[in-house]
Order: sequence, then structure tokens, then C-alpha cells
Amino acid sequence: MSSHIAYLDGNAAAGELSRVFAMDVTAAQGKCKHCGAIRRFAEARLYMEGPGVVARCCVCEHVLLRVVSARHGMFLDVRGLTYLRFDMMG
Amino acid sequence: MWRVGTVVALHDETSTARTITLEVRDWPGHVAGQHVDVRLTAPDGYSAVRSYSIASAANSERRVQITVERLPNGEVSPYLTQEVIVGDRLELRGPIGGWFVWRSQQTEPVQLVAGGSGIVPLMAMIRSRASAGSTVPFRLLYSVREPGAVFYRDELQALSAEHRSVVVTYAYTRTVPKDWPRPPGRIDAALITDTTWPADFGPACYICGPTPFVETVANLLSACGNDRDKIRTERFGPTGERK
Repeated sequence: MSSHIAYLDGNAAAGELSRVFAMDVTAAQGKCKHCGAIRRFAEARLYMEGPGVVARCCVCEHVLLRVVSARHGMFLDVRGLTYLRFDMMG
Repeated sequence: MWRVGTVVALHDETSTARTITLEVRDWPGHVAGQHVDVRLTAPDGYSAVRSYSIASAANSERRVQITVERLPNGEVSPYLTQEVIVGDRLELRGPIGGWFVWRSQQTEPVQLVAGGSGIVPLMAMIRSRASAGSTVPFRLLYSVREPGAVFYRDELQALSAEHRSVVVTYAYTRTVPKDWPRPPGRIDAALITDTTWPADFGPACYICGPTPFVETVANLLSACGNDRDKIRTERFGPTGERK
């Protein structure tokens, strides 16, 4: 458990993720590969103290997504998500 | 994509918090509850990015307001609250976020719970309600250290006097005004029961504040029978500066 470490929520990663996603990620629903919980990305626990950003499932705390921005690129690791579902207009 | 905003007005909310009004030429409009990222770049190229909630009502005009609380060891907030002058230009990214938002088409009652500067995005919702002419009843429970730390005090008072359907309750944690009925203290189950919408009204709940505050309030609202799906949260970091 990492509950002693301060975390934010998925909203805080939205700016960084807007660099690569055409649609808002916070409202997307993601399925956790570990426990199967389906939650809005905004509900994920976000840890930003390290060199990158780590989003963890708000139910089981397993890693959903990691983002690391380096000088010449961004690494996006989505190994903990079975899928992200975006609501499409119309 | 970074946009440039020009500072057109500054207003001190408290001794440590300042509202900055920015004019952004290509602003696409925003929804209440969204935030912007602000990027400051030093002459040597070092840059720092922080997120700030938008305080102004949803609109399609080219103006955006943010309210920034100064943090003693902050990298960005001392500059924004003490150094910035009218005419300065700031880099902005946004509007950001489509989940922690209130849209004027919503019809259910609204319960807002703010911890400290967590009032900012909730104020955008209250202002949007007024500017859209919505009649949805709002309740705000605002937890704040002391009377002098209240943001938007006069405006909140005027709005709740003018619109009976905006009810504001203050919860002072350290110092209370004279003759205040409740001793200083954190929000607890009794205050939630007494001042928030009954769960069977199906309110849309928005909580914004520091992480432990948000956790506590979300659990209390949930314990009163509010559906977790109706509780939306936004947390600040330990420094209050959301990176």
C-alpha cells in the first residue's frame, strides 16, 4: 500500500496527456487489468513526486499508466489498462 | 498546445491569494470546473508547470480568471501572487479536464464542498449557474481556516442573498467569528448531515481540496447514502501546487 504517500487524482495528468490524446482523458473510462474495476480516469490515484507520473487504480492500487517526459520524447506505458473507453459525441 | 494570456487585472482575495484575469486571444471557452496549466520559463530555459483551477464562469469570451494561493516554498505561486503585473504575458495550456465539471444543462441539485483554496473551481460553478440563469439549487459547504481566509466573500454573500437557492455554510477549522454557533473544527458527520442535501435528492456532489480533506468528505457523503458515481473529486497536492 502506498496510502502514506500523497497522491492526486487523474485530473492532474490531463494537461500532460493532452499532448498526445486528441480527446480528454479524465472523462474516459478505463478498465484495470489487475482487478477489472472500470472507473473514470479522473478517479485514478496519481503520484507525481517521481521523475514521471504514475496513475494507480483507485480500487486495487495497481499501476494503470505511467508517463515520463524526456528531452526528446514522451514515454507512455499503459500496461495496467485493459482499455480506455472514450465517449464519442453523436 | 500552449497559448499566451495577457494579464489584464489583479485582485487580492486574501493576504495570500490573488486572482489573475487573463485575456487569451484564441481561448476556445471552458466549462466550470476545468483547469489550466501555467508554464513559467526562466531566462536559462528552466521551466515549471503548475495547474490552476479556472475561477470564472463558463463563457465564450476571451477572458479567464485563476485564483492562486501563495505557498511559502512554492516555485510558481510566489511569482504569480507577488511579481506579476498587468500587461505581463503567461503561457497557458487548456482548458483541461472533462470530468470534474458542472454544465448548466444539468438539472439535479448540486452539493459543493470546498477545503481552503478548493473553492476556486466550485466558484466557477456557482458563477456559471448565475450567468446561465440556471435555477438548480446549490449548496456550498466551505471549510476554511479562519474568516480572513475566505475567498470571494462579498460575492458569495451577495449571491446567496439574491438567489435563495444558493446556500452557503462555512466551517471554520481554527478561528470562528464572534458569536459563531459552532466551535472551530473540521467537517464531520454531523455537519454533513445537517447542511448537505439528503442523499435521496440525488445531488451531484463536487469536492475540491487537499487530498486528506477530499478523502474524508467523500467517505462522509458516501456514508450518508450518496452514490459514489455522483461524487466527483479534485485533489490538491501536499504543496497545494498541482504540478
